Amino acid sequence: MIPPFETFYEAHRDEVFRFLGRRLGRERAEDAFQETFLRALRAYPRLEHGDHLRAWVFTIASRIVVDEARRRRPQAALPELAAEDGLPAFEDLAPLTDELPPKERAAVVLRYGYDLDYAEIGAALGSTEQAARQAASAGVRRLRKERP
Amino acid sequence: MTISPALDARFRDAAAAAELLDVAFDVIDDTPIGPLLVGVTDRGVCRISFDSDPEHHLELLARQFGPRVLRSRRPVDRMRRELDEYFAGQRQRFDVEPDVRFLPAYHQRVLEELARVEYGATTTYGTLAAQTGNPRAARAVGTVMHRNPIPVVLPCHRVVGASGSLTGYAGGLERKELLLRLEGAIL
Repeated sequence: MIPPFETFYEAHRDEVFRFLGRRLGRERAEDAFQETFLRALRAYPRLEHGDHLRAWVFTIASRIVVDEARRRRPQAALPELAAEDGLPAFEDLAPLTDELPPKERAAVVLRYGYDLDYAEIGAALGSTEQAARQAASAGVRRLRKERP
Repeated sequence: MTISPALDARFRDAAAAAELLDVAFDVIDDTPIGPLLVGVTDRGVCRISFDSDPEHHLELLARQFGPRVLRSRRPVDRMRRELDEYFAGQRQRFDVEPDVRFLPAYHQRVLEELARVEYGATTTYGTLAAQTGNPRAARAVGTVMHRNPIPVVLPCHRVVGASGSLTGYAGGLERKELLLRLEGAIL
């Protein structure tokens, strides 16, 4: 059962805005905030269950941050920032992590795909910084084992 | 850091403007019968409640109309204006359509008949029962009135007992009496 959007929005709007504020600065965070929840609203009726909604909305917000960074800092114009822009996008990373257990997969994608720190990932997954760190490193160990 | 009321309102307006909501609701605080929770869909008004705590309505609205239920002021403006006019004695008929698509067929039939009862008039449970096919179903009509999801607009306050006594009202008899006085149906 998916909760009413009002409930979901009230539960996560402040932490999503804090996250966007840290990544983009307050002013740009306002547009990104609206875009995040409009995207969530568009996708909402297609959700099949109400689990991991927090991780889900953080994934949307992270995607917007990455898009925004790409838009504002094209690699050609600012080559020195290429490394930062060169983070693998979710689509690139997702197929590599298909085999991982869901929590490890989410932690790996958010850490290496979106460059969230462990406190943010812990918040996104509804657990702790410590648990997020463990899930990400377990995921990476498993990937190394599976793909030598 | 919490989001500002302005940013919050901006998102809620944008969500409605993009036509992404199954139900938009708001609370109208200052009516003569107390605060009212009002819910609207793209088809019209789907909920009016004397219990103005949204928490008590969100789950049911989401189950009936879809999960995209969000508080948003602008979509409710038209209903708010019509209610203001009604309470000021300047409107006798609502133009916003009632959206009763998820009610059982019998409820829809009774409410349709109820909607024909004019401002300032009253009818009885038995009369409504007879008009909807079963003169002995006064009690069933009473149940439909009690569960009316859109009171005031669907005027269940205009239904009284055969003796003329006010009988009952989901919002309490005081409200029923106030509405009937406003309409001049009782002195």
